[in-house]
Amino acid sequence: MIELFLVFLVFGTLGILLVSMNKLLGPKRSNPTKETPFECGSPYLQDEIKPFPVKYCLVAFLFLLFDIEVVFFFPWALVFKEIGMTGLIIMFAYMFVLIVGFIYAWKKGAFEWEK
Amino acid sequence: MSEVLIVLIKIICALVWLLALTLYLTWVERKESAVIQDRIGANRADILGIRIIGLFQPIADAIKFVFKEDFTPRFSKKYLHTLAPFISFFFVAVTISAIPFGDVLRIGGREIKLLILDFNVGLLFVLAMLSLGIYGIILGGWASNNRYTLLGGMRGAAQLVSYEVALGLSLVGLIMVYPSLNLSSIVHAQGELLFGWLPKWGVFLQPLGCLIFFFAALAETKRVPFDLPEGENEIVGFFTEYSGLKWGLFMMTDFMEVLIISTLLITLFFGGWQVPWMSADGFHFPWGAQVLLPHGIVVLFQVLAFNLKVFFFCWLQILIRWTYPRFRYDQVMDLGWKLLIPLSLANIIGTGIIMSI
Repeated sequence: MIELFLVFLVFGTLGILLVSMNKLLGPKRSNPTKETPFECGSPYLQDEIKPFPVKYCLVAFLFLLFDIEVVFFFPWALVFKEIGMTGLIIMFAYMFVLIVGFIYAWKKGAFEWEK
Repeated sequence: MSEVLIVLIKIICALVWLLALTLYLTWVERKESAVIQDRIGANRADILGIRIIGLFQPIADAIKFVFKEDFTPRFSKKYLHTLAPFISFFFVAVTISAIPFGDVLRIGGREIKLLILDFNVGLLFVLAMLSLGIYGIILGGWASNNRYTLLGGMRGAAQLVSYEVALGLSLVGLIMVYPSLNLSSIVHAQGELLFGWLPKWGVFLQPLGCLIFFFAALAETKRVPFDLPEGENEIVGFFTEYSGLKWGLFMMTDFMEVLIISTLLITLFFGGWQVPWMSADGFHFPWGAQVLLPHGIVVLFQVLAFNLKVFFFCWLQILIRWTYPRFRYDQVMDLGWKLLIPLSLANIIGTGIIMSI
């Protein structure tokens, strides 16, 4: 455990040092143009952030479902040699449900992006 | 006390290895792209008039980064804006501590393992840290308060999150073959021989898993075939509002990810520090010949083998980065969800069936 603590300490210190290095060593010159957001050369267009496509949320939901299923696979894979055939059949049943869900999401068009 | 000292020395060594290679990976990338595009590449940086094929260029870049202005836009969310590069850097860099660089080194009656964190759950630790790195992108995009950065951050999050699933699933087959989550025991298990002559590396037992892992990992590095979050010529990326070393940290993270992915790939699928047919006391070739070596030389061979494999995969990734054009966003999503995930599920089913008969 002491190793983990030391690793986090050393890497964390280095990270903080790197992030704050410019503040310590860099110059400070400000002007109004610098303060505007970068809009690819076009004039300042927006005050607040605009909404973003809902597709991204859908991907997040699907990720939650599938990643939890991945987590369930890991302990099974770890003891797979000991539990053998029984474990395999049970896992196939579980996987069947997962794959049905996957096909449903596919047919519903959850993975389709506008071309 | 001496235990803590040894751990600290190991951490410093790993850190220096990581940072130095990250720095010089930028040089390798420039030179390799130059060769591919028939240019000369970076060669101007010199110390007292001596330029060794541009080898001082990364040092010059680093010095330039350090003396840039610390600029946080007024409209940004200040703390998150500073936190994002830190998270991005920290969680990727920490991963190196779970990677075994070699077997046990015996010095003065001590047995020193050439890895820092000898976890039972080393693999899960690595995956968890790599996933946490995604926060750096989202926070960076969101805290900059600019619509292009937000779009870049969203794209990055969706892409990384999609490939995260394939990355996890591709490793399930590997864990079934070597029933362990401990990275050093996975490497040990790969030292055995298959049919008496073939090293029992993951790539020979799990070729499909290896391929899926490599593609998913390439997407995780968010470099060119998959550089949608950055998209230089359309949205400029989630780090548009960053400058100086903070931007440098994002760029460093990219290169560091190339390195980490290489180390992870060889640890899991290409035998880690294993040299083919070499065990703790020297070479035992399958045709019966033996070359016995002292302990120090064996460890040296292991570390060298590890480094050579890492360099090879870094080279391969840079080659891919400079060879292929960028995917469209729907193509990236299709590759992740419609190809890699079904394939990795099929890989698990296939592995299960083959192993039980």
